[in-house]
Amino acid sequence: MSVVEAAYREHRGPLLATLVAELRSFDLAEEALQDAFAAATGQWPGEGVPRRPAAWLLSVARRRAADRRRREETLTRYLPLLITSPGQASERDDSLALLFACCHPALGRESRVALTLRFVAGLTVPEIARLFLVPDATMAARITRAKQKIRTAGIPLRFPSPQDLPERLTGVLSVLYLLFTEGYRSYRDELAAEAIRLVRLLPGAPETTSLLALMLLQHSRRHSRRRDGRLVLLADQDRTGWNALEIAEALTLLAVDAPDGPYRLQALIAARHAVAERAEDTDWAAIAALYAQLEAVTGSPVVRLNRAVAVGESEGPEAALRLLDGLDARLPRNHHLPAARGEMLRRLGDAEAAREQFERAAELAPTDTERDFLIKKAG
Amino acid sequence: MKYALLMYSVEKSWAEADEATREQVYAAHGRFSELLRERDAERGGEELALSNTATTVRVRDGEPLLTDGPYAETAEQLGGFYLVEARDLDEALEFARQLATVEDIIEVRPVVEHPAA
Repeated sequence: MSVVEAAYREHRGPLLATLVAELRSFDLAEEALQDAFAAATGQWPGEGVPRRPAAWLLSVARRRAADRRRREETLTRYLPLLITSPGQASERDDSLALLFACCHPALGRESRVALTLRFVAGLTVPEIARLFLVPDATMAARITRAKQKIRTAGIPLRFPSPQDLPERLTGVLSVLYLLFTEGYRSYRDELAAEAIRLVRLLPGAPETTSLLALMLLQHSRRHSRRRDGRLVLLADQDRTGWNALEIAEALTLLAVDAPDGPYRLQALIAARHAVAERAEDTDWAAIAALYAQLEAVTGSPVVRLNRAVAVGESEGPEAALRLLDGLDARLPRNHHLPAARGEMLRRLGDAEAAREQFERAAELAPTDTERDFLIKKAG
Repeated sequence: MKYALLMYSVEKSWAEADEATREQVYAAHGRFSELLRERDAERGGEELALSNTATTVRVRDGEPLLTDGPYAETAEQLGGFYLVEARDLDEALEFARQLATVEDIIEVRPVVEHPAA
Protein backbone atom coordinates (compact mmCIF):
# COMPACT_ATOMS: atom_id res chain seq x y z
CA MET A 1 0.00 0.00 0.00
CA SER A 2 1.31 3.45 -0.91
CA VAL A 3 1.67 6.14 1.76
CA VAL A 4 -1.20 8.09 0.24
CA GLU A 5 -3.43 5.01 0.26
CA ALA A 6 -2.51 4.40 3.88
CA ALA A 7 -3.30 8.02 4.74
CA TYR A 8 -6.59 7.69 2.85
CA ARG A 9 -7.64 4.68 4.89
CA GLU A 10 -6.64 6.21 8.18
CA HIS A 11 -7.76 9.81 7.82
CA ARG A 12 -10.48 9.99 5.21
CA GLY A 13 -13.44 9.47 7.53
CA PRO A 14 -12.50 11.95 10.26
CA LEU A 15 -11.28 14.53 7.72
CA LEU A 16 -14.50 14.32 5.76
CA ALA A 17 -16.51 14.78 8.95
CA THR A 18 -14.46 17.85 9.88
CA LEU A 19 -14.83 19.34 6.40
CA VAL A 20 -18.57 18.70 6.17
CA ALA A 21 -19.01 20.42 9.53
CA GLU A 22 -16.83 23.38 8.54
CA LEU A 23 -17.99 23.85 4.97
CA ARG A 24 -21.59 22.87 5.71
CA SER A 25 -21.85 21.09 2.38
CA PHE A 26 -21.46 17.39 1.60
CA ASP A 27 -20.57 17.98 -2.01
CA LEU A 28 -17.97 20.65 -1.42
CA ALA A 29 -16.37 18.60 1.39
CA GLU A 30 -16.14 15.51 -0.82
CA GLU A 31 -14.66 17.41 -3.74
CA ALA A 32 -12.16 19.34 -1.64
CA LEU A 33 -10.93 16.20 0.08
CA GLN A 34 -10.63 14.44 -3.25
CA ASP A 35 -8.51 17.40 -4.44
CA ALA A 36 -6.31 17.13 -1.35
CA PHE A 37 -5.64 13.42 -1.87
CA ALA A 38 -4.93 14.07 -5.54
CA ALA A 39 -2.40 16.72 -4.49
CA ALA A 40 -0.83 14.26 -2.05
CA THR A 41 -0.50 11.64 -4.79
CA GLY A 42 1.37 14.22 -6.87
CA GLN A 43 3.60 15.64 -4.16
CA TRP A 44 4.37 13.08 -1.46
CA PRO A 45 6.31 10.58 -3.57
CA GLY A 46 8.72 13.32 -4.72
CA GLU A 47 8.83 15.71 -1.79
CA GLY A 48 8.35 13.26 1.04
CA VAL A 49 5.43 12.69 3.38
CA PRO A 50 4.66 15.73 5.56
CA ARG A 51 5.28 15.36 9.27
CA ARG A 52 1.56 15.55 10.05
CA PRO A 53 -0.23 14.10 7.02
CA ALA A 54 -3.78 14.68 8.33
CA ALA A 55 -3.11 18.35 9.06
CA TRP A 56 -1.48 18.76 5.64
CA LEU A 57 -4.49 17.18 3.91
CA LEU A 58 -6.94 19.30 5.90
CA SER A 59 -5.25 22.58 5.06
CA VAL A 60 -4.99 21.71 1.35
CA ALA A 61 -8.66 20.67 1.32
CA ARG A 62 -9.65 23.95 2.98
CA ARG A 63 -7.76 25.98 0.36
CA ARG A 64 -9.25 23.97 -2.49
CA ALA A 65 -12.74 24.37 -1.03
CA ALA A 66 -12.25 28.13 -0.87
CA ASP A 67 -11.13 28.14 -4.53
CA ARG A 68 -14.09 26.06 -5.58
CA ARG A 69 -16.50 28.21 -3.62
CA ARG A 70 -15.16 31.37 -5.26
CA ARG A 71 -15.50 29.82 -8.70
CA GLU A 72 -19.01 28.57 -8.06
CA GLU A 73 -20.16 31.45 -5.90
CA THR A 74 -23.01 32.51 -8.15
CA LEU A 75 -24.25 28.95 -8.38
CA THR A 76 -24.22 28.16 -4.70
CA ARG A 77 -25.22 31.50 -3.23
CA TYR A 78 -28.86 30.55 -2.89
CA LEU A 79 -28.49 26.91 -1.95
CA PRO A 80 -29.32 26.13 1.65
CA LEU A 81 -26.33 25.10 3.75
CA LEU A 82 -26.25 22.32 6.30
CA ILE A 83 -27.24 23.41 9.77
CA THR A 84 -24.39 22.94 12.23
CA SER A 85 -23.82 23.89 15.83
CA PRO A 86 -21.32 26.68 16.26
CA GLY A 87 -18.28 25.88 18.34
CA GLN A 88 -18.38 22.15 17.72
CA ALA A 89 -14.69 21.53 17.97
CA SER A 90 -13.23 18.07 18.20
CA GLU A 91 -12.91 15.54 15.43
CA ARG A 92 -14.98 13.11 17.48
CA ASP A 93 -17.84 15.61 17.77
CA ASP A 94 -17.81 16.20 14.02
CA SER A 95 -17.86 12.48 13.27
CA LEU A 96 -20.70 11.93 15.72
CA ALA A 97 -22.72 14.84 14.35
CA LEU A 98 -22.30 13.46 10.84
CA LEU A 99 -23.25 9.98 11.98
CA PHE A 100 -26.44 11.20 13.66
CA ALA A 101 -27.36 13.24 10.56
CA CYS A 102 -26.82 10.26 8.24
CA CYS A 103 -28.94 8.03 10.50
CA HIS A 104 -31.74 10.57 10.98
CA PRO A 105 -35.19 8.95 11.24
CA ALA A 106 -36.53 11.43 8.66
CA LEU A 107 -34.48 9.49 6.08
CA GLY A 108 -35.54 6.12 4.73
CA ARG A 109 -33.71 3.10 6.08
CA GLU A 110 -31.86 2.38 2.84
CA SER A 111 -30.76 6.00 2.59
CA ARG A 112 -29.44 5.95 6.15
CA VAL A 113 -27.26 2.95 5.48
CA ALA A 114 -26.03 4.31 2.15
CA LEU A 115 -25.19 7.75 3.59
CA THR A 116 -23.39 6.25 6.57
CA LEU A 117 -21.31 4.02 4.32
CA ARG A 118 -20.50 6.94 2.02
CA PHE A 119 -19.80 9.74 4.46
CA VAL A 120 -18.92 8.12 7.75
CA ALA A 121 -17.21 4.92 6.60
CA GLY A 122 -15.87 6.54 3.43
CA LEU A 123 -16.81 3.85 0.90
CA THR A 124 -17.11 4.85 -2.75
CA VAL A 125 -20.47 4.79 -4.52
CA PRO A 126 -19.57 1.71 -6.64
CA GLU A 127 -18.46 -0.14 -3.49
CA ILE A 128 -21.79 0.59 -1.79
CA ALA A 129 -23.70 -0.37 -4.93
CA ARG A 130 -21.91 -3.73 -5.05
CA LEU A 131 -22.69 -4.35 -1.38
CA PHE A 132 -26.42 -3.88 -2.01
CA LEU A 133 -26.43 -5.51 -5.45
CA VAL A 134 -27.82 -2.47 -7.24
CA PRO A 135 -26.41 -0.63 -10.29
CA ASP A 136 -23.98 2.23 -9.55
CA ALA A 137 -26.38 4.78 -11.03
CA THR A 138 -29.19 3.65 -8.73
CA MET A 139 -26.98 4.01 -5.66
CA ALA A 140 -25.63 7.37 -6.83
CA ALA A 141 -29.18 8.65 -7.30
CA ARG A 142 -30.21 7.36 -3.88
CA ILE A 143 -27.31 9.12 -2.19
CA THR A 144 -27.93 12.35 -4.09
CA ARG A 145 -31.59 12.34 -3.07
CA ALA A 146 -30.68 11.72 0.54
CA LYS A 147 -28.12 14.55 0.57
CA GLN A 148 -30.74 16.82 -0.92
CA LYS A 149 -33.22 15.92 1.75
CA ILE A 150 -30.69 16.60 4.51
CA ARG A 151 -29.99 20.02 3.07
CA THR A 152 -33.48 21.09 2.08
CA ALA A 153 -35.40 19.67 5.03
CA GLY A 154 -32.88 21.08 7.49
CA ILE A 155 -31.70 17.83 9.07
CA PRO A 156 -29.08 19.21 11.45
CA LEU A 157 -25.48 18.19 11.67
CA ARG A 158 -25.29 18.02 15.42
CA PHE A 159 -25.60 15.77 18.42
CA PRO A 160 -29.30 15.22 19.25
CA SER A 161 -30.97 16.92 22.19
CA PRO A 162 -31.20 14.90 25.43
CA GLN A 163 -34.90 14.10 24.94
CA ASP A 164 -34.28 12.82 21.39
CA LEU A 165 -31.10 10.93 22.21
CA PRO A 166 -32.44 7.50 23.30
CA GLU A 167 -34.55 7.06 20.15
CA ARG A 168 -31.86 8.45 17.87
CA LEU A 169 -29.18 6.27 19.45
CA THR A 170 -31.27 3.16 18.81
CA GLY A 171 -31.49 4.15 15.15
CA VAL A 172 -27.74 4.70 14.88
CA LEU A 173 -26.99 1.34 16.54
CA SER A 174 -29.17 -0.53 14.07
CA VAL A 175 -27.46 1.14 11.10
CA LEU A 176 -24.03 0.36 12.55
CA TYR A 177 -24.97 -3.25 13.21
CA LEU A 178 -26.20 -3.56 9.65
CA LEU A 179 -22.93 -2.08 8.44
CA PHE A 180 -21.07 -4.61 10.55
CA THR A 181 -23.11 -7.59 9.34
CA GLU A 182 -22.68 -6.46 5.73
CA GLY A 183 -18.93 -6.44 6.30
CA TYR A 184 -19.06 -9.78 8.10
CA ARG A 185 -21.25 -11.44 5.46
CA SER A 186 -19.06 -10.28 2.58
CA TYR A 187 -15.75 -10.98 4.40
CA ARG A 188 -14.80 -7.30 4.32
CA ASP A 189 -13.00 -7.14 7.64
CA GLU A 190 -12.15 -3.46 7.26
CA LEU A 191 -15.85 -2.58 7.01
CA ALA A 192 -16.62 -4.59 10.13
CA ALA A 193 -13.67 -2.86 11.86
CA GLU A 194 -15.03 0.54 10.81
CA ALA A 195 -18.41 -0.29 12.38
CA ILE A 196 -16.58 -1.18 15.59
CA ARG A 197 -14.65 2.12 15.49
CA LEU A 198 -17.92 4.06 15.13
CA VAL A 199 -19.67 2.25 17.98
CA ARG A 200 -16.70 3.18 20.16
CA LEU A 201 -17.34 6.87 19.42
CA LEU A 202 -20.90 6.72 20.75
CA PRO A 203 -21.75 7.76 24.28
CA GLY A 204 -21.84 4.79 26.64
CA ALA A 205 -25.33 3.36 27.08
CA PRO A 206 -26.11 -0.27 27.97
CA GLU A 207 -27.18 -1.29 24.46
CA THR A 208 -24.18 0.50 22.91
CA THR A 209 -21.81 -1.44 25.15
CA SER A 210 -23.60 -4.70 24.39
CA LEU A 211 -23.48 -4.08 20.65
CA LEU A 212 -19.76 -3.37 20.89
CA ALA A 213 -19.26 -6.66 22.73
CA LEU A 214 -21.32 -8.54 20.15
CA MET A 215 -19.32 -7.07 17.27
CA LEU A 216 -15.99 -7.78 18.95
CA LEU A 217 -16.93 -11.41 19.56
CA GLN A 218 -17.98 -11.99 15.95
CA HIS A 219 -15.03 -10.03 14.60
CA SER A 220 -12.60 -12.04 16.78
CA ARG A 221 -13.24 -15.10 14.58
CA ARG A 222 -12.40 -13.41 11.29
CA HIS A 223 -9.15 -15.31 10.65
CA SER A 224 -10.70 -18.72 11.36
CA ARG A 225 -14.04 -18.48 9.60
CA ARG A 226 -12.63 -18.87 6.12
CA ARG A 227 -10.09 -21.29 4.71
CA ASP A 228 -8.99 -21.27 1.05
CA GLY A 229 -11.94 -19.03 0.22
CA ARG A 230 -14.40 -21.49 1.78
CA LEU A 231 -16.70 -20.97 4.72
CA VAL A 232 -15.68 -22.80 7.91
CA LEU A 233 -18.52 -23.61 10.32
CA LEU A 234 -18.19 -22.50 13.94
CA ALA A 235 -17.75 -26.09 15.14
CA ASP A 236 -14.87 -26.67 12.71
CA GLN A 237 -12.98 -23.41 13.26
CA ASP A 238 -9.45 -23.33 14.64
CA ARG A 239 -10.20 -21.65 17.95
CA THR A 240 -6.57 -20.77 18.59
CA GLY A 241 -6.97 -18.34 15.66
CA TRP A 242 -9.64 -16.34 17.49
CA ASN A 243 -8.45 -12.95 18.70
CA ALA A 244 -8.06 -13.36 22.47
CA LEU A 245 -7.71 -9.63 23.18
CA GLU A 246 -11.00 -8.83 21.51
CA ILE A 247 -12.74 -11.69 23.30
CA ALA A 248 -11.33 -10.50 26.63
CA GLU A 249 -12.54 -6.96 26.01
CA ALA A 250 -16.00 -8.18 25.06
CA LEU A 251 -16.28 -10.37 28.15
CA THR A 252 -15.28 -7.41 30.33
CA LEU A 253 -17.93 -5.26 28.67
CA LEU A 254 -20.56 -7.90 29.35
CA ALA A 255 -19.56 -8.43 32.99
CA VAL A 256 -21.85 -5.67 34.26
CA ASP A 257 -25.45 -5.56 35.35
CA ALA A 258 -27.50 -4.42 32.41
CA PRO A 259 -30.98 -4.97 31.07
CA ASP A 260 -31.25 -7.98 28.76
CA GLY A 261 -31.86 -6.13 25.50
CA PRO A 262 -31.52 -7.85 22.11
CA TYR A 263 -27.86 -6.90 21.59
CA ARG A 264 -26.86 -8.04 25.06
CA LEU A 265 -28.59 -11.40 24.68
CA GLN A 266 -26.93 -11.97 21.30
CA ALA A 267 -23.57 -10.97 22.78
CA LEU A 268 -24.06 -13.36 25.71
CA ILE A 269 -24.75 -16.17 23.23
CA ALA A 270 -21.61 -15.31 21.24
CA ALA A 271 -19.68 -15.18 24.53
CA ARG A 272 -20.73 -18.75 25.39
CA HIS A 273 -19.19 -19.89 22.11
CA ALA A 274 -16.09 -17.76 22.70
CA VAL A 275 -15.30 -19.33 26.08
CA ALA A 276 -15.66 -22.92 24.90
CA GLU A 277 -12.14 -24.22 24.37
CA ARG A 278 -13.32 -26.93 21.98
CA ALA A 279 -16.62 -27.12 20.09
CA GLU A 280 -17.69 -30.07 22.25
CA ASP A 281 -17.21 -27.95 25.40
CA THR A 282 -19.99 -25.56 24.31
CA ASP A 283 -22.65 -25.03 26.99
CA TRP A 284 -25.64 -25.59 24.69
CA ALA A 285 -28.17 -25.59 27.53
CA ALA A 286 -27.15 -22.06 28.49
CA ILE A 287 -27.23 -20.98 24.85
CA ALA A 288 -30.69 -22.50 24.36
CA ALA A 289 -31.94 -20.62 27.44
CA LEU A 290 -30.51 -17.33 26.09
CA TYR A 291 -32.19 -17.93 22.73
CA ALA A 292 -35.48 -18.53 24.55
CA GLN A 293 -35.07 -15.13 26.23
CA LEU A 294 -34.12 -13.51 22.92
CA GLU A 295 -37.17 -15.05 21.26
CA ALA A 296 -39.38 -13.63 23.99
CA VAL A 297 -37.89 -10.14 23.46
CA THR A 298 -37.90 -10.11 19.64
CA GLY A 299 -40.61 -12.59 18.64
CA SER A 300 -38.41 -13.39 15.64
CA PRO A 301 -38.89 -16.72 13.80
CA VAL A 302 -35.17 -16.71 12.88
CA VAL A 303 -34.32 -16.61 16.59
CA ARG A 304 -36.66 -19.54 17.17
CA LEU A 305 -34.87 -21.48 14.45
CA ASN A 306 -31.50 -20.83 16.13
CA ARG A 307 -33.00 -21.76 19.46
CA ALA A 308 -34.18 -25.07 18.01
CA VAL A 309 -30.66 -25.83 16.79
CA ALA A 310 -29.27 -25.13 20.27
CA VAL A 311 -31.98 -27.29 21.85
CA GLY A 312 -31.06 -30.04 19.39
CA GLU A 313 -27.56 -29.99 20.88
CA SER A 314 -28.62 -29.81 24.52
CA GLU A 315 -31.80 -31.91 24.62
CA GLY A 316 -31.78 -33.91 21.43
CA PRO A 317 -33.40 -33.93 18.00
CA GLU A 318 -37.02 -34.61 19.05
CA ALA A 319 -37.18 -31.46 21.18
CA ALA A 320 -35.63 -29.46 18.33
CA LEU A 321 -38.16 -30.76 15.80
CA ARG A 322 -41.02 -29.73 18.08
CA LEU A 323 -39.65 -26.16 18.15
CA LEU A 324 -39.34 -26.13 14.36
CA ASP A 325 -43.00 -27.06 13.93
CA GLY A 326 -45.10 -24.19 12.70
CA LEU A 327 -42.14 -22.14 11.43
CA ASP A 328 -42.72 -22.96 7.75
CA ALA A 329 -45.46 -20.39 7.35
CA ARG A 330 -43.28 -17.68 8.88
CA LEU A 331 -40.04 -18.62 7.07
CA PRO A 332 -41.27 -20.03 3.76
CA ARG A 333 -38.12 -19.23 1.74
CA ASN A 334 -35.46 -19.74 4.41
CA HIS A 335 -33.14 -22.63 3.52
CA HIS A 336 -31.83 -22.91 7.08
CA LEU A 337 -35.20 -24.27 8.22
CA PRO A 338 -35.29 -27.46 6.07
CA ALA A 339 -31.52 -27.82 6.62
CA ALA A 340 -31.99 -27.81 10.41
CA ARG A 341 -34.93 -30.19 10.16
CA GLY A 342 -32.93 -32.50 7.89
CA GLU A 343 -30.07 -32.57 10.36
CA MET A 344 -32.38 -33.51 13.25
CA LEU A 345 -34.08 -36.24 11.16
CA ARG A 346 -30.67 -37.61 10.20
CA ARG A 347 -29.73 -37.87 13.86
CA LEU A 348 -32.97 -39.77 14.50
CA GLY A 349 -31.88 -42.23 11.81
CA ASP A 350 -34.63 -41.31 9.31
CA ALA A 351 -32.34 -41.06 6.28
CA GLU A 352 -35.14 -40.83 3.71
CA ALA A 353 -36.98 -37.90 5.39
CA ALA A 354 -33.63 -36.17 6.04
CA ARG A 355 -32.69 -36.39 2.37
CA GLU A 356 -35.98 -34.79 1.34
CA GLN A 357 -35.34 -31.88 3.68
CA PHE A 358 -31.76 -31.34 2.48
CA GLU A 359 -32.98 -31.35 -1.12
CA ARG A 360 -35.60 -28.77 -0.28
CA ALA A 361 -32.91 -26.68 1.47
CA ALA A 362 -30.60 -26.93 -1.55
CA GLU A 363 -33.41 -25.61 -3.76
CA LEU A 364 -33.76 -22.55 -1.54
CA ALA A 365 -30.04 -21.91 -0.91
CA PRO A 366 -29.04 -18.39 -1.99
CA THR A 367 -25.40 -19.09 -2.86
CA ASP A 368 -23.62 -21.85 -4.82
CA THR A 369 -21.34 -22.61 -1.86
CA GLU A 370 -24.30 -23.34 0.39
CA ARG A 371 -26.16 -25.25 -2.30
CA ASP A 372 -23.18 -27.55 -2.92
CA PHE A 373 -22.83 -28.07 0.82
CA LEU A 374 -26.49 -29.09 1.12
CA ILE A 375 -26.51 -31.33 -1.95
CA LYS A 376 -23.59 -33.21 -0.43
CA LYS A 377 -25.60 -33.62 2.78
CA ALA A 378 -28.59 -34.94 0.85
CA GLY A 379 -26.22 -37.54 -0.58
CA MET B 1 -35.79 27.75 8.67
CA LYS B 2 -39.48 27.99 8.01
CA TYR B 3 -41.65 24.86 7.96
CA ALA B 4 -45.31 24.20 7.22
CA LEU B 5 -46.99 21.75 9.56
CA LEU B 6 -49.83 20.33 7.47
CA MET B 7 -52.55 18.69 9.53
CA TYR B 8 -54.48 15.77 8.09
CA SER B 9 -57.44 14.29 9.92
CA VAL B 10 -60.29 11.90 9.36
CA GLU B 11 -62.87 14.51 8.45
CA LYS B 12 -65.87 12.45 9.33
CA SER B 13 -65.00 12.35 13.01
CA TRP B 14 -64.50 16.13 13.09
CA ALA B 15 -67.77 16.75 11.21
CA GLU B 16 -69.62 14.57 13.69
CA ALA B 17 -67.84 15.79 16.82
CA ASP B 18 -70.03 17.22 19.58
CA GLU B 19 -69.61 20.66 21.07
CA ALA B 20 -67.54 19.49 24.05
CA THR B 21 -65.08 17.62 21.82
CA ARG B 22 -64.68 20.63 19.55
CA GLU B 23 -64.00 22.88 22.50
CA GLN B 24 -61.32 20.50 23.72
CA VAL B 25 -59.63 20.44 20.33
CA TYR B 26 -59.71 24.23 20.01
CA ALA B 27 -58.31 24.57 23.52
CA ALA B 28 -55.46 22.22 22.56
CA HIS B 29 -54.71 24.35 19.50
CA GLY B 30 -54.75 27.42 21.74
CA ARG B 31 -52.11 25.82 23.96
CA PHE B 32 -50.06 24.85 20.92
CA SER B 33 -50.15 28.44 19.59
CA GLU B 34 -49.12 29.65 23.02
CA LEU B 35 -46.11 27.27 22.95
CA LEU B 36 -45.13 28.59 19.52
CA ARG B 37 -45.38 32.20 20.70
CA GLU B 38 -43.24 31.47 23.76
CA ARG B 39 -40.56 30.08 21.44
CA ASP B 40 -41.01 32.95 19.00
CA ALA B 41 -41.82 30.35 16.35
CA GLU B 42 -45.32 31.27 15.22
CA ARG B 43 -45.43 32.56 11.66
CA GLY B 44 -49.08 31.97 10.79
CA GLY B 45 -51.63 29.25 10.20
CA GLU B 46 -55.28 28.66 9.48
CA GLU B 47 -58.05 26.16 9.93
CA LEU B 48 -59.66 25.09 6.65
CA ALA B 49 -63.37 24.45 6.18
CA LEU B 50 -64.40 20.85 5.44
CA SER B 51 -63.30 19.45 2.09
CA ASN B 52 -66.89 19.08 0.84
CA THR B 53 -66.86 22.87 0.53
CA ALA B 54 -63.80 22.76 -1.75
CA THR B 55 -63.85 23.49 -5.47
CA THR B 56 -61.03 22.14 -7.61
CA VAL B 57 -59.86 23.86 -10.78
CA ARG B 58 -57.88 22.18 -13.55
CA VAL B 59 -57.20 23.00 -17.13
CA ARG B 60 -58.43 20.42 -19.66
CA ASP B 61 -57.79 20.99 -23.36
CA GLY B 62 -57.02 24.61 -22.64
CA GLU B 63 -60.30 25.13 -20.76
CA PRO B 64 -60.58 25.53 -17.01
CA LEU B 65 -62.56 22.63 -15.59
CA LEU B 66 -64.22 22.94 -12.20
CA THR B 67 -65.13 20.03 -10.00
CA ASP B 68 -67.03 20.01 -6.76
CA GLY B 69 -64.88 18.68 -3.94
CA PRO B 70 -61.22 18.32 -2.98
CA TYR B 71 -58.36 17.33 -5.29
CA ALA B 72 -58.09 13.86 -3.74
CA GLU B 73 -61.00 12.00 -2.19
CA THR B 74 -59.36 10.33 0.80
CA ALA B 75 -60.58 9.68 4.31
CA GLU B 76 -57.91 11.97 5.72
CA GLN B 77 -58.08 15.50 4.44
CA LEU B 78 -55.95 18.58 4.91
CA GLY B 79 -57.74 20.40 7.68
CA GLY B 80 -55.36 23.24 8.43
CA PHE B 81 -51.74 24.27 8.78
CA TYR B 82 -49.26 26.17 10.86
CA LEU B 83 -46.22 28.01 9.63
CA VAL B 84 -43.40 27.80 12.13
CA GLU B 85 -39.87 29.06 12.38
CA ALA B 86 -37.45 26.40 13.65
CA ARG B 87 -33.69 26.20 13.84
CA ASP B 88 -33.69 22.83 12.07
CA LEU B 89 -35.80 19.77 11.32
CA ASP B 90 -35.34 18.42 14.85
CA GLU B 91 -37.06 21.45 16.33
CA ALA B 92 -39.79 21.38 13.68
CA LEU B 93 -40.37 17.68 14.50
CA GLU B 94 -40.60 18.54 18.17
CA PHE B 95 -43.47 20.93 17.33
CA ALA B 96 -45.04 18.31 15.06
CA ARG B 97 -44.97 15.71 17.82
CA GLN B 98 -46.83 18.11 20.10
CA LEU B 99 -49.39 18.75 17.41
CA ALA B 100 -49.79 15.03 16.69
CA THR B 101 -51.43 14.66 20.10
CA VAL B 102 -54.28 16.81 18.74
CA GLU B 103 -54.52 15.93 15.04
CA ASP B 104 -54.17 12.53 13.35
CA ILE B 105 -51.30 13.12 10.94
CA ILE B 106 -48.79 15.93 10.66
CA GLU B 107 -46.75 16.37 7.52
CA VAL B 108 -43.69 18.57 8.01
CA ARG B 109 -42.64 20.41 4.86
CA PRO B 110 -39.79 22.87 4.61
CA VAL B 111 -40.84 26.18 3.08
CA VAL B 112 -38.75 27.33 0.13
CA GLU B 113 -37.40 30.74 0.97
CA HIS B 114 -36.55 32.86 -2.00
CA PRO B 115 -33.80 35.40 -1.53
CA ALA B 116 -34.96 38.99 -1.71
CA ALA B 117 -34.16 40.25 -5.19
